[in-house]
Amino acid sequence: MTELHLTNVSFSYPDGTKALENLTLSVTSGERVAIVGQNGAGKTTAVKLMNGLLKPTEGSVLVGDWDTKNHTTAQVSRKVGYVFQNPDDQIFHNDVESEVRFGPKNMGFEPERVNELTDWAMKLCGISEFAEENPYNLPYSVRKFVTIASVLAMDSDIIILDEPTAGQDKIGLQVLGNLLQVLEEKQKSVITITHDMEFVTDYFTRIIVMANRQLVADDNAQKVFYNTEVLEKSMLKPPAVAQMAKLLDFSPGILSKQQLIEAILAQHSL
Amino acid sequence: MTAMIDLKNVSYRYPVSDDSVLKNISFSIEKGKFTAIIGNNGSGKTTLCNTIRGFVPHFYKGELDGEVIIDQTKITDYQLGQLGEKVGYVFQNPFIQVSGVKDNVFEEVAYGLENLGIPVEEIKVRVEEVLKLVKIEYLRDKNPFELSGGQRQRVALASIIVMDPEILVIDEPTSQLDPIGTQQIFEIIRLMKERGKTIVLVEHKMDLIAEYADDLLVMHKGELVMQGPVREVFADPEFEKYQIQYPHVTEIALQLQQSGIPLTFLPIRDEELADALNRTEVAAHD
Ligand SMILES: Nc1ncnc2c1ncn2[C@@H]1O[C@H](COP(=O)(O)OP(=O)(O)OP(=O)(O)O)[C@@H](O)[C@H]1O
Ligand SMILES: Nc1ncnc2c1ncn2[C@@H]1O[C@H](COP(=O)(O)OP(=O)(O)O)[C@@H](O)[C@H]1O
Ligand SMILES: [Mg+2]
Ligand SMILES: [Mg+2]
Repeated sequence: MTELHLTNVSFSYPDGTKALENLTLSVTSGERVAIVGQNGAGKTTAVKLMNGLLKPTEGSVLVGDWDTKNHTTAQVSRKVGYVFQNPDDQIFHNDVESEVRFGPKNMGFEPERVNELTDWAMKLCGISEFAEENPYNLPYSVRKFVTIASVLAMDSDIIILDEPTAGQDKIGLQVLGNLLQVLEEKQKSVITITHDMEFVTDYFTRIIVMANRQLVADDNAQKVFYNTEVLEKSMLKPPAVAQMAKLLDFSPGILSKQQLIEAILAQHSL
Repeated sequence: MTAMIDLKNVSYRYPVSDDSVLKNISFSIEKGKFTAIIGNNGSGKTTLCNTIRGFVPHFYKGELDGEVIIDQTKITDYQLGQLGEKVGYVFQNPFIQVSGVKDNVFEEVAYGLENLGIPVEEIKVRVEEVLKLVKIEYLRDKNPFELSGGQRQRVALASIIVMDPEILVIDEPTSQLDPIGTQQIFEIIRLMKERGKTIVLVEHKMDLIAEYADDLLVMHKGELVMQGPVREVFADPEFEKYQIQYPHVTEIALQLQQSGIPLTFLPIRDEELADALNRTEVAAHD
């Protein structure tokens, strides 16, 4: 059980780029949150602050009762696992299984638990069949699952996925959806950055929207995707379903395929 | 009709793999066409791209059977450099497409032109134009390694477009982009098509493919299982069995059809749904 609290957090990179301004947000334990928004808005920067890879220039980041300023990245990452946006920044073993096994082994878990976690994570990510393969011979999307499995295997309370949907096919998206469900049952907090609005509406209720270094909305899907001002500011488009509902003159609110289908069927049975 | 890209019975196996990754693939792409390669992950899309630009087998080695003909010339008769000028390739992973020798975005985009020995004044003009087109002028002084994922992806595309190749092979160029940014990239690709370029695009975003592309090549487990105009491929019942995403509107229309609602045709773009449901008249009666 670990809560996450960011209070008035700002961050600048060494080259002077101001990447984040005055971000305040909390994630309670077991919660599932999506972060969406414009390229360069500061999403990756924000989550790197959450797992201690970056330390705030101003403000504070609390992981449980730890202030990340007083702890090493290695310490914080035991509580907050981060899957990098670029899988190649993370992978350094020559076969998939060693890559996944490294984390739990390094945490000092009992060998039996290491085995269990490694198998569980590979299975959950649909990569068991690639256990012996060199990650660099696998397609990008599968490499991404290798990095997700390596983080899941560390069994941290909080898990951050940076653009896991990038380049995934329909099957990959289903694997991700299922994984979110399983993690929720295990009461993990999961923070997911994504540009896939269909994925967001299918799997998330709480959505954080970022643009121009700032948080512009922290609300549910209904509120976010029918707020034109928020959408424009953050270079978002509502899911295709909302667009179709509008073209068919349905009143606002429809977001999922099922809702739209039901609305059309209802009209036809009149 | 001149074929720009012509593959005849192409099979390929990576040096270490037991199985062929491309199996007996034949197709022909005319000059000026915008063709999208779709298919699930691991189906061989990237490998097929690498075949078109000659990296298979020049770079990856392994066994290549059959013929790859680019602009009437067999790929084996090209020098790799010549082919590189003709076929611009944008990597699937934008994080690896950085030269590593330039310390700002402007020079990074100029790098390929410098290597071709283009005069400095012309380079400046062309780079300026592309930075503007791809909307990355504001990044000109940044270090290419210190960009966000989406920013890198735009820089990667810019550094290929600036070379003005006849053929553009683009592997998932919008995977890291926000929704509006994605649409902008498709607009840029459309512009390239208007300039007469032949375009091969790998992409999972079917809504945009339905809006912009001419033809589809469908890959499944190393085989080219379907090919043809976008609308025909999506409308073919065979498509369903490959478990590939449909355009969202098509998926909804098919479900409605299953629930007993008649469709006048299968829509592939959002704005076609009303027509397909024959709703225009219904609305008029209200
Ligand atoms: N290492 C770095 N050094 C300097 N500036 C950086 C660095 N990494 C990112 N930036 C800049 O910080 C800003 C925020 O970047 P960040 O990676 O957090 O964006 P993002 O919201 O994750 O974007 P994307 O959706 O494209 O991944 C951008 O302007 C980017 O250029
Ligand atoms: N360098 C390589 N060495 C060995 N096998 C590879 C290599 N690159 C890709 N493959 C294999 O070839 C198949 C097709 O991969 P790829 O062309 O990347 O698919 P896609 O782009 O459709 O996801 C996969 O099974 C993949 O593991
Ligand atoms: Mg990012
Ligand atoms: Mg690929």
